[in-house]
Formats: sequence, C-alpha cells, structure tokens
Amino acid sequence: MKKILVLQKQAPYGSSLARDGLDYVLTSAAYDQDISMAFIGEGVWQLVKSQQPAEIKQKSQLAALEVLSLYDVDKLYACHEDLNERGLSPQDLGVDVTCITRAEIKQLMVEQDHVIGF
Amino acid sequence: MKGFALHFCFCDTRPMKFSLLVLSAPHSRQASQSALKFAQTALANGHELYRVFFYQDGVHNASQLQSPPQDETNLHDEWQALAEAQGTDLVVCIAAALKRGILDADEAERYERPQHNLAKPFELSGLGQLLDAQLQSDRLITFA
Repeated sequence: MKKILVLQKQAPYGSSLARDGLDYVLTSAAYDQDISMAFIGEGVWQLVKSQQPAEIKQKSQLAALEVLSLYDVDKLYACHEDLNERGLSPQDLGVDVTCITRAEIKQLMVEQDHVIGF
Repeated sequence: MKGFALHFCFCDTRPMKFSLLVLSAPHSRQASQSALKFAQTALANGHELYRVFFYQDGVHNASQLQSPPQDETNLHDEWQALAEAQGTDLVVCIAAALKRGILDADEAERYERPQHNLAKPFELSGLGQLLDAQLQSDRLITFA
C-alpha cells in the first residue's frame, strides 16, 4: 500500500477533470492504496453545497464526493487560503473536509509516496 | 507542463523509469507534442518509458483517423512509430475514450457503431493501468 495524494485543482463542470480526478481516487481506493485528497485553487468549488448541476445536464460532483467514505477515503483537505480568497467559509461546504493552510498542504505532499494533480 | 518551448536535458542523471499522463487533445494544445518530445528524448538518453496513459481529451491522440495537413504532426502516427521502435506501452482510458468516440473494433461491435478508430499499438483499458504506472515508475509526468 502506497500513500497517494490526489490534488483537485479544477472547478467542477467547466472541464471534466474534477470528475476524472475523482474516478482516479475511487480506482486507487479500490486497489487498497492509502489515498488523501486535497482541494486547492479553483478545486475548492467542488465542495460547495447546494450545487444544482442538473440544470446544465451534469452529474453532481458533490454527490459523487459523498461516496468516498464508502471507499474508506476519509482524508479530505481543503486549502484555507484558497477558500478565503474565494469568499468561502467552512459553512459553505457540503463535504466533511479538514481545512489546512498552504504550508500544511506542502507538508502533506512531502509525506506522500506519490502525488498526482487533476 | 504548458505552452512554452521545452528543451529536455537528461545529462548526467541515472537512468529513470518514467510514465506519462496525457490529458489534452492533439492540436488544441501543445501538451501532446510536448509529451511525445519528452518520451523520445528520455528514451534517446537511456531512460525507460514504462507507459504512456491517455486520459480526458488525451484519448484523441489514439484516433487513427486524424488527418492533419502534411506540414503538421500526426500524433497518432508518431506515437505508433515510438511504440513500434521501442515497445512503449500506450494505454487509453476506456471510459474517457468511449464517451469521446474513440473505439476499437471490439467496442464498436459491442456498442453497434459503424466504425472504429483505435487499434494496436494503442490499447483500451481502465484507470487501474494509470495507478499501476504511478506505482511502478520513478516519475509520472502529467502533460495537460
């Protein structure tokens, strides 16, 4: 089992990368890897509650993130500064994440065997 | 790695095992061309290329129907030549490919489509092959 950090860097829906990154997380978890996810930059928008993507014929990223606990992926982090810069606070989020600073995300990256970004 | 001139220098380094993740379509972005150049340069300098994995819009690299003007690069043909010369593993994410109309003969039959546009040395497979590439390689490099 390897420690893998998946960085989610893109807002949902505008590109498919948010969903593609999540699919990689689910695959890796199914193969029993030790997965952490960090939502940084525009990626923090994936966490916002009350998403209504059916209006634009998209599947909900938030609903997809909710299945992560079934795969024992529970190490979810969001970048504190990136939330702040976008006027978001933890109350705006629909997923249980730990808010950490950029410096702490850097430390998280150092602790991994592998890092991949979407 | 994004749109700038890339000059890969591997001088004085120990041989490494690389895998590449290609996320962009040919022509729309420079990423596929950069990935190809990186692959060629790494191999020419004695490094190992474990796998090239095509995901998201990168799956379009595998279309054997792409027909660019003669003075532009045909990425499909370049990847094919690389695989034939070096035995490089070219894996295309099956879920990403099917939804974008990149099908091999078996999938075309399964989904009752009149054509297919993917054939060896490209192979359709799952995301487990990307995980395997990440675990088996010294470095996985993303071209987006």
